[in-house]
Amino acid sequence: MLNFTNDQIKRYSRHIILKEVGGKGQEKLNKAKVFMVGAGGLGSPVGLYLAAAGIGQIGIADDDKVDLSNLQRQVLHNTSTVGKYKAESAKATMEAINPDTKVVTYNHRLNVHNIMEIFSQYDVVLDGCDNFATRYLVNDACVLLKKPLISGAIFRFDGQLTVIAPGQGPCYRCLFETAPPAGLVPSCQEAGVIGVLPGVVGTLQATEAIKYILGIGQPLIGQLLIYDALSVSFTKVRIPRNPECPACGPHPSITALLEENYQQEACQIHF
Amino acid sequence: MAVKVKVPTPLQKIVNNQAELSAEAIDIKNLIDNLDAAYPGLKERICDESGKIRRFVNIYVNGEDIRFLQADKTVLKNGDEVSIIPAIAGGR
Repeated sequence: MLNFTNDQIKRYSRHIILKEVGGKGQEKLNKAKVFMVGAGGLGSPVGLYLAAAGIGQIGIADDDKVDLSNLQRQVLHNTSTVGKYKAESAKATMEAINPDTKVVTYNHRLNVHNIMEIFSQYDVVLDGCDNFATRYLVNDACVLLKKPLISGAIFRFDGQLTVIAPGQGPCYRCLFETAPPAGLVPSCQEAGVIGVLPGVVGTLQATEAIKYILGIGQPLIGQLLIYDALSVSFTKVRIPRNPECPACGPHPSITALLEENYQQEACQIHF
Repeated sequence: MAVKVKVPTPLQKIVNNQAELSAEAIDIKNLIDNLDAAYPGLKERICDESGKIRRFVNIYVNGEDIRFLQADKTVLKNGDEVSIIPAIAGGR
């Protein structure tokens, strides 16, 4: 039996009237537990839309504090939260949108020691981190736990998105075997990012998360969506499973998370 | 063979800020060499010292990853669309 209050029926009415969602779908959203890696550019639209959708519990890991230079794109935060932990600032914004959503904050980085225990409490993971070390750590943890991972990345005017469903499709290591070596690339601050770009890519991540929870449509598994803001192009390429993948192949070499495999400074980006 | 090449933002500086190029090549290796001749410095971004395509750069021909075709010996046909896709990791 569905137990919505009158306010909830009103709040979620535009969902409930969609035959693809309905009361049952909305209940799935209200019971879902979603984890956000990062409460920055990508995490901002993710947090806003998932809270608005009534996701039951949203965990957020981010060790960073809000800086004035973030506000050009990180719409979860505002001028009055500069200096506060991003996860706390995000929690305040998200709970103000929807008191149905419980937000659990982790004001520290994910690492090999804490990630498995944290992720095991959630149904879906959305990656919006800003460095390759965390990206591979998140991928490997999700593969080991068989957790669906919705991976988004941005750089200047370019965005990338894919859905990783361990067991059903390729993982991030099938797509890019290794991270670029440190030092080859400029920092995020030097590279810059157009403010609306994480809005586009993060909103697509939130869409894939909601579709996954509802079990509707075709998830972006085994495909990489590439968004080029300057030429307004969305291109999809196929990602085959790599039979020699060290994480998700038939004979994986990554069977546990070892610290030495994830040593890279933040903000390394390619080229 | 005349092909179209989509260039990712990080490499566009080297190719006079073009997002898409036209090029002639028989296979991927030949394409990279020809592009490097026209736009010096492009090859070293895509390939390592031994000339192998870097493991954080993928090249697609008509949406198919060349690692699962014939790698840099993947033959090109007239009208093929080649995309160069580097790993990016930004999120903040």
